[in-house]
Amino acid sequence: MMTMAEKILARASGKEKVEPGEIVEAKVDRVMSHDNAAFVARLFKKIGVDRVWDPERIIIVLDHRVPAPNEQAAMGHKIIREFVKEQGIKYFYDMKAGICHQVMVEKGHALPGNLIIGTDSHTTTYGALGVFSTGVGYTDMAAIWATGKTWLKVPETIKINVEGKLPPMVFSKDVILHIIGELTMDGATYKAVEFHGSTIRDMSIASRLVLSNMSMEMGAKVGLIPVDQKTEEYLKGRAKEEYTVLNPDEGCEYADVYEFNVENLEPQVACPHTVDNVKPISEVEGLPIDQAVLGSCTNGRYEDLEIAARILEKAMKEGKRIHRDVRMIVLPASWDIYLKAMENGLLKTFIKAGAVVANSGCGPCMGSHLGILAKGERAISSTNRNFRGRMGSKEAEVYLASPATVAASAVEGVITDPRKYLR
Amino acid sequence: MEIKGVCIKYPDNNISTDLIFPGKYMAILEPEEMAKHAMEGLDPNFVEKAKGKEVVLVVGRNFGCGSSREQAVTALKHSGVKAILAESFARIYFRNAINEGIAAIEIPGITEKIDENDELIIELDRGIVRNLTKGTEIQFKPLPEFMLDIIRSGGLIEYVKKKISSGQ
Repeated sequence: MMTMAEKILARASGKEKVEPGEIVEAKVDRVMSHDNAAFVARLFKKIGVDRVWDPERIIIVLDHRVPAPNEQAAMGHKIIREFVKEQGIKYFYDMKAGICHQVMVEKGHALPGNLIIGTDSHTTTYGALGVFSTGVGYTDMAAIWATGKTWLKVPETIKINVEGKLPPMVFSKDVILHIIGELTMDGATYKAVEFHGSTIRDMSIASRLVLSNMSMEMGAKVGLIPVDQKTEEYLKGRAKEEYTVLNPDEGCEYADVYEFNVENLEPQVACPHTVDNVKPISEVEGLPIDQAVLGSCTNGRYEDLEIAARILEKAMKEGKRIHRDVRMIVLPASWDIYLKAMENGLLKTFIKAGAVVANSGCGPCMGSHLGILAKGERAISSTNRNFRGRMGSKEAEVYLASPATVAASAVEGVITDPRKYLR
Repeated sequence: MEIKGVCIKYPDNNISTDLIFPGKYMAILEPEEMAKHAMEGLDPNFVEKAKGKEVVLVVGRNFGCGSSREQAVTALKHSGVKAILAESFARIYFRNAINEGIAAIEIPGITEKIDENDELIIELDRGIVRNLTKGTEIQFKPLPEFMLDIIRSGGLIEYVKKKISSGQ
């Protein structure tokens, strides 16, 4: 009897069975790097092999600093483009695709039962499709590019069971913020998380990706969701190759089981300066904001843009626009999402309401560009981290919330319960 | 293997990679340039404090949480940090430190046993920190042998290079 994490690591290391605590040498199915591929490429050269282990299994997506905001970033991109040509890297998404994690999922690179390693902490995102996916640094990746293998400690698994129908205007972001608030930011360190329960089963794939993405924010190595019919449907026509579903065995052992009921959950907000400083919206309503960010690998998907646009439409019907003291920045998570949002009029709504629609990328989330905060400023953001200095000044504040809460707050100019606009 | 150094201490919990190496510097390509911004978000005087020293950082719980950015290790390494003794590490930071040849060791209670500027010798194989200033010894569980090998090699790149050239 094995958990999902154990089954996938057993498969990847060619073993019948693995146990928590065991260190295995595993073959990776695919790896992903973004702008930091420039560092990986340089380190790879130092190892002294000529060719990467498999140019069809290395995916590179430029998203962190696109288009290049300065000469250093441009140089990094140049190093990557040259390396891609030299090594014949098959799947290279220059700045024309979107945020790496969305691209990996959307383009069918992230497949159930796979072991995927990425040089980004939010590589955990693909767990929502039953992938054992986790983040490493550039040195680890350089070694994988050379060998196709890496060492991993088999993690203990904790089961998180979520039950109940989500109330109106309460979303997967609110659920995961609530869970992180309870388990704390190092509550799942080194552990695999498995999400179960009716609430998860009822969620769209886009919503599930939010849970796996933010599992990282409680320290988890991976945030897995069992594969079901919805997953299979999502992958139809997308999957780059065949895959094997590895769901947990009945009766497998979990290190801990946590039960949540979300039937009466309010919208949640993670307050500065840690992601586990979570409060119900009723406790933070009314705080003035300077910036509202809608986007990121956490919440920049179509359903996120759609709910925000619906709120803005409702506000405009009431004669309101985005508050004059608020800068709202919208960054769709991928070009496909961007295009669909354009075709369906969402972008028009954002612009009419007074938002800036930026290109698809990471933008201000980690303080690179496209909306840095000044000293003393406060933002509400649909992104994933609110650490001190994350979005710019050390003396700025970031509040994390759902896209709906971000949109409602942008209109009011203060942190606002989205149920004020839609119920 | 022994590491000798002087302690610089940040006992706070949850020191994130955003503080160790702020995101705005992530496009910097050269390690020496990265080092100029080491710990900038937490202590703008760190680089000056560490100058010309072999440093052992002593830190609180969940050190290096957040982003996988390895610059947060590279910058410290090139500022003279040889070892980090932590109450606990965030997962990716721990891997990155070992991979760059820095001894990353979890020792619960460590922040109460060592003070800033204490002279330390870390015996990696035996699992002992000798505090020369206080005349005390602190025990810890030694790292697995292959991690010690990575550190002895000077990091994962050298370790893999050796393995490949010896045909393993």
